Amino acid sequence: MSTRTLEVELGTPGLDPAGRPITVPLGVPAYQPPQDDMGSEHMLINIGPQHPATHGVLRLVIELDGETVIRVVPHIGYLHSGFEKLGEYRHYNQIVPLTDRTDYLSPMANNVCLALAAEKLMGIEITERCQVLRVIACEISRIISHLVWLGTTGIDLGAFTPFLWCFYQRERLYNLQEAWTGARLTTSLTRIGGLMADVPEGFDVGLREFCRTFPKTLDEVDAMFTRNAIWCGRTQGVGVIGGPEAINYSLSGPMLRASGVDYDVRKDRPYLGYQDYSFDVPVGEHGDVYDRYRVRLEEMYQSTRILEQALDRLDRLAGAPINVADPRLILPSKSRAMSDMEAMIFHFKQVMEGVKAPVGEAYLGIENPKGELGYYFVSDGTAKPVRWRIRPPSFLNLACLPRLCEGVLLSDVIAINASIDIVMGEIDR
Amino acid sequence: MSGAAPALDPGSAVSPSVAALRSRFPGAIRRHQVSCGDTMVYVAPERAHQILTWLRDDPGQRFDYLTDITAVEYRDRERALEVVWQLRSLARKADLRLKVELDRGSRLEVDSVYDLWKGADWLERETFDMFGIRFRGHPDLRRILMWETYAEGFPLRKDFPLRGHFSRAEQTRQALAANPEAHYSLEELSIAAAYEELPADMKERLARGERGAVS
Repeated sequence: MSTRTLEVELGTPGLDPAGRPITVPLGVPAYQPPQDDMGSEHMLINIGPQHPATHGVLRLVIELDGETVIRVVPHIGYLHSGFEKLGEYRHYNQIVPLTDRTDYLSPMANNVCLALAAEKLMGIEITERCQVLRVIACEISRIISHLVWLGTTGIDLGAFTPFLWCFYQRERLYNLQEAWTGARLTTSLTRIGGLMADVPEGFDVGLREFCRTFPKTLDEVDAMFTRNAIWCGRTQGVGVIGGPEAINYSLSGPMLRASGVDYDVRKDRPYLGYQDYSFDVPVGEHGDVYDRYRVRLEEMYQSTRILEQALDRLDRLAGAPINVADPRLILPSKSRAMSDMEAMIFHFKQVMEGVKAPVGEAYLGIENPKGELGYYFVSDGTAKPVRWRIRPPSFLNLACLPRLCEGVLLSDVIAINASIDIVMGEIDR
Repeated sequence: MSGAAPALDPGSAVSPSVAALRSRFPGAIRRHQVSCGDTMVYVAPERAHQILTWLRDDPGQRFDYLTDITAVEYRDRERALEVVWQLRSLARKADLRLKVELDRGSRLEVDSVYDLWKGADWLERETFDMFGIRFRGHPDLRRILMWETYAEGFPLRKDFPLRGHFSRAEQTRQALAANPEAHYSLEELSIAAAYEELPADMKERLARGERGAVS
């Protein structure tokens, strides 16, 4: 890995004798293993589970030598709800609400992944409008999740203002999400073979307005952070992991791409027609906290691009159906269920018996904000899965934390932990 | 669903890795299946580590990315438990699902792949935690989502009732009676400065090497 030198403008615009603004070169120090000290005792400290900097109920037990971290032992499971077990007792459509509560910062993307995995298992082709709407759901989730990440990480490292900007923008998206799904968090947007609802009137106007104005906020964050001496000092060269090692640790998402591995599920194994959208996948170089920040920041610009393209397609597909035309899969309208005998039977069978899946199994991974979220269904031919496995991206990303924290300072543990972008609902499931 | 082909179709779109595996490891490959376009290969449990090593390192395969490790227990009580490795080759953009079947009568144990993929660390711990399948050679095979003193068994096994084995009253009683030492793993308690303040019996347990060496 190359070392990086960045000319950073200081916060106060002082001038040097030649009248130019004073800049400082910011070098990245090479990793130095902790020095063998004489006779000092190691200290055991405990952070969490209730601690704002652990982003949820994560508990870290840290062995310290002075302020240098010798070892980090993460403890998880405080939020364990047994979702995978619960899923085995539910119809496929009834699992959708469980997915809301796993990665609760991007519930709509989880819903989409679940529907796609079940549809792969059952061999269902969804409609084009449904695909476009699901793309919109995924990208809105990505922006929401990254905004939360950006704001809270800024707070962790001592910058409060961007938190307010980020949460203001997130609120705008939440309002749109609420108008569409009726909920800010427990969206339960998808159904097997379609969606719970089409977008309401005016949604596209609101989203277009968001796409038009949102990049300005990103530009402001960019101006605030990217060349900020404190930010660079706290993040560059911290928590470094190289590409081959990141692959070996099964990292995914921005964590993997920040380490220079160009792998994005949307590009490499496209789903929902992502191959037809034009967007770039940002890839880092150094694999440190700073690169993870840059990758996520750029991903938000790219998501905005995708949203704009998706909105154009949505206009073209106005009035097209969002659900597959199969009465065994999709509930009839209430009025038909109450007036048409056959519709009522289908309604009854779907609610009471659920949709049966053929014998077999399917794994499907999508690019969630945190990384690759995968759902793995094993079916024995009944309406409830034998096994519903969640491949949780932040679980695997967090597993790397002890490796990333070897030999860093205690304050860097907070920065590294923030940079992983964990959400405990998904890790503990 | 509607007019879809049955999910199990052994003929179509088999991953070319299957033929390579069959010629490289004759006898160790028990069968293969294609389901929903995913290829799965059942291998002999005692050869799984060797086969996974080859799949990772062979230049024609290069399954360098371990997507997931999990296990499956079927509702059919006669069927064996399965351990599942989801493999991916980032360069070749290929997937492969490797499975072993562990008979219920036998010891539920397979070799750990922690030496091949560091990412296997927590995945194997979780599979152990939820199914009770042991991974030989894993450096730190502790429970991960459930707490270390959890005594009700393995939650994702089919004989585990949805509400747990113990009554709510018993669960509460145990939680209230929990020993504070349960909040730290023995490995952590072995850390130098904390070690001096431990009660004698714990020091003795640590010295016996009961999970976590005393440094």
